[in-house]
Amino acid sequence: MATFFSWLNDQLLRMVWLDNLVKWFFSDVIGIHSDTLLYSSLTFFFYDVIKIFILLSVLIYISSYIQSYFTVEKTRSILSKVKGIPANIVGSLLGTITPFCSCSSIPIFIGFTKAGLPIGVTFSFLISSPLVDLASVVLLASIFGWKIALLYVLVGIILAVIGGSLITLFKMEKYVESFVYQQINGSVEENGFLTKKDRRRYALEQLSDILKRVWKYVLIGVGIGALIHGYIPASFIETVLGENNPFSVIIATIVGVPMYADIFGTLPIAEALVLKGVGLGTVLSFMMAVTALSLPSLILLKKVVKTKLLVVFVSIVTVGIIIIGYLFNFITPLMGI
Amino acid sequence: MEIKVLGSGCAKCKHLLQMVEYSVKELNLDAKVIYVTDMISISLSGIMNTPGLIVNGKIVSTGRVPRLEEIKELLIKAE
Repeated sequence: MATFFSWLNDQLLRMVWLDNLVKWFFSDVIGIHSDTLLYSSLTFFFYDVIKIFILLSVLIYISSYIQSYFTVEKTRSILSKVKGIPANIVGSLLGTITPFCSCSSIPIFIGFTKAGLPIGVTFSFLISSPLVDLASVVLLASIFGWKIALLYVLVGIILAVIGGSLITLFKMEKYVESFVYQQINGSVEENGFLTKKDRRRYALEQLSDILKRVWKYVLIGVGIGALIHGYIPASFIETVLGENNPFSVIIATIVGVPMYADIFGTLPIAEALVLKGVGLGTVLSFMMAVTALSLPSLILLKKVVKTKLLVVFVSIVTVGIIIIGYLFNFITPLMGI
Repeated sequence: MEIKVLGSGCAKCKHLLQMVEYSVKELNLDAKVIYVTDMISISLSGIMNTPGLIVNGKIVSTGRVPRLEEIKELLIKAE
């Protein structure tokens, strides 16, 4: 049974067959020698691009179908029934299944705040939403295995819960722009009845929408990953991001924070870095920093909160990611991963 | 009647706008269609997920593009 599952995992998730196919194509059909840098870059690029797009299509479709049952409105009404830290936990969990793009952070922030939710709970949601979702977790598992993927989900949710709770603890409500508290104009009617067919249509629309949005990040990400894989000397990466550099996690986080990319674009870079011997914690810090915080989303948030709250938010998340990075670098060798 | 399509310019939002304008013409409605793209105005009208559709001040759809038939029904009901 166990061997059956590992076979399933290898073929469906890691797509070993595709790896073999791509390698066969470049060495036997095109005739590039398998010792060359060009060969390792090319095989990395084509294997990763094809694998990511296959997995993404399947996963986004499935998760969008599930998400059609968890609209933002439903999330808000569930959250309004919970209080205290449990509210932060529920907020973080719902963040992982509610559809999200950084462009919707303002409407969600205003919508939640108006409904009387504590801003700490809203921030728990806003932290976990881009960080953890079904598609990214399965992709993560396809590259680093299930243990790492599940650990990633766990620390992502813990970061969201603690981050949001701290913002509640610091009583930051007064740093929200006052117009957010204005009276709601429109009354919310029910959002229509969705049949199974509607949900399938919705999932397909989401799929084409998300693919249109992320395909360039995936190509750029895999491109950078392929360059790192083939051409950048391991010794250079080792010096900057290696385990012996005590600042590696901090460097990876600080570089990642202002960057805007989808998690699907950062995964191939992460993969290439790990193959070059960079610690898993360092790589995860980079990925989390890129997805959780970015300059464009902060500029948007600045419209609804005052600078002080924004600084507190960025600091908490950044410090949290750095701690997670060092923790992973410390734990994973002990776990034998 | 007043119809508002709310969206920050995403493909789905434009699609919804087109379908609404088409329905209005088809049904021969005396309606003003407004396209709201400012993120803050969208949020303040209670929409959390674009595209949103507001008919005579009531939010009738958010986060998805309803079928053409559904849009027509919504408009007829609000008339």
